[in-house]
Amino acid sequence: MNTLEILFYTLSAFAIISAIMVLISKNPIHSVLWLILVFFAISGHYILLNAQFLAIVNIIVYAGAIMVLFLFVIMLMNVKKDKEPQKQLLVKLIGVIAGGSFLTLLLALVKQNTSFQGRDVLLKEGSIGLIHPLGQALFTDYVVPFEISSVLFLSAMVGAVIIGKK
Amino acid sequence: MTLLALDWAFMMEKLILIIIIVFASLGIALYTTFGERKVAAILQDRPGPNRAGPFGLLQPLADGLKLIMKEEIIPTASSKWLFILGPGLAMTASLMTCAVIPWGTALHLFGRTIELQIADVNIGILYVFAVVSMGVYGIMIGGWASNNKFSLMSALRAASQAISYEIAMGLALIALLMTTGTLSLKTIVADQVSGHYWNVVYQPLGFLIFFICAMAECNRTPFDLPEAENELNFGYHQEYSSMKLGFYLFAEYVNMIMSSAIMASMYFGGYDLPFFDESTVAPNIAAMIGVGTLLLKIVLFIFLFMWIRWTIPRFRYDQLMNLGWKKMIPLALFNMLLTGALILSKL
Repeated sequence: MNTLEILFYTLSAFAIISAIMVLISKNPIHSVLWLILVFFAISGHYILLNAQFLAIVNIIVYAGAIMVLFLFVIMLMNVKKDKEPQKQLLVKLIGVIAGGSFLTLLLALVKQNTSFQGRDVLLKEGSIGLIHPLGQALFTDYVVPFEISSVLFLSAMVGAVIIGKK
Repeated sequence: MTLLALDWAFMMEKLILIIIIVFASLGIALYTTFGERKVAAILQDRPGPNRAGPFGLLQPLADGLKLIMKEEIIPTASSKWLFILGPGLAMTASLMTCAVIPWGTALHLFGRTIELQIADVNIGILYVFAVVSMGVYGIMIGGWASNNKFSLMSALRAASQAISYEIAMGLALIALLMTTGTLSLKTIVADQVSGHYWNVVYQPLGFLIFFICAMAECNRTPFDLPEAENELNFGYHQEYSSMKLGFYLFAEYVNMIMSSAIMASMYFGGYDLPFFDESTVAPNIAAMIGVGTLLLKIVLFIFLFMWIRWTIPRFRYDQLMNLGWKKMIPLALFNMLLTGALILSKL
């Protein structure tokens, strides 16, 4: 096992364990904190793929901004674990079966997809995750989708301001 | 030895560098607390701490000893793990910034070239920004875990203040990046050293915005609403005692040092000593002069922080939000547009 493999398996185990803890934590605050750890593990994977820009933006946007707002809302609402309505066992079982089936379906799709076959992951090389190639790709090849998505963000912002003013 | 195919000498070199920088930061933070009390005393026309040691120089050690010796109290109604995690996170987040600061040029020792920077990542500034946005978790978690209404209020204030001022800070940074064209702090400093003017000449408004936002992110007066003692008792660290309280207080000073270092590197030439040609002396001496220059700039910025703290009274909460959203952000946007227009007109 080389260093890269050790890092990969450690990060993956870290991500999966934290993700499971998000689900089984009784206290919503703990869930949010575990979710932050999941984002850190995923950023670690991005760095292994030589996509430092994506890694750091993932942390800034998700761990740094969105999760702070989540924490904020949960603290303000003061959700307590004993007041939280507990779901019945049957409902939980149905959820597990439905989720598991969906996962199997996704795995089957990925396995059958010919465009994924015989391809290796680019580790420690490739430059599309760095800021310069990414910026060039966004502003030359994909400029129309990029601008359209920014208009989408603008409309969401305006909407939030209008709702906040009411 | 090629265990795990790592360059162990390189790892050791970085480890030693990390230890030196972290301990140096903590040591400077220790004496910043002393400096703060002295500056406050001078501004208020009183002697300040002068009993422990010559000129009161041992005062910070006495303070630290006092904090360590105090009884450790964890409130029974608190959530214990998070209560302990809070101060640790605050400290970690404030120390993490030092990884990307270029403290000087390279040293040449034992036939190796030792860069005086822990990691020259090509996204240095964004890394700083990510760490800054992590900084609020220590306060939020600590405030919530204390299970105290005042602490919770203070945690929420801290979070909303940090988020509001991060936006203006990011916009000021974008304007700086437009002029430098790189995200690596090392390159930014090297560009300022090699003959050009310091970035503050190109970005005076951007620096002003960044400075105000840095003050808000460090929770310094006039932005210390999270610990406003006359409305919230003591804010988020009300339930803390002993060294856990010490960590929170200390993290504020480390934050101040790190933001001073960042501002010095980005806007004031970093380790560049003005009107002095570094190539005329030996490289090692030049590197040490560079480190000294950066430390001097940091001390000047810290003095500025203290000066403002002991001069300006605290904002009211609505004034703080108005300043953040209605003044800083439009100003930062204007600065960005102006920078863009100037760059375009030069092309």
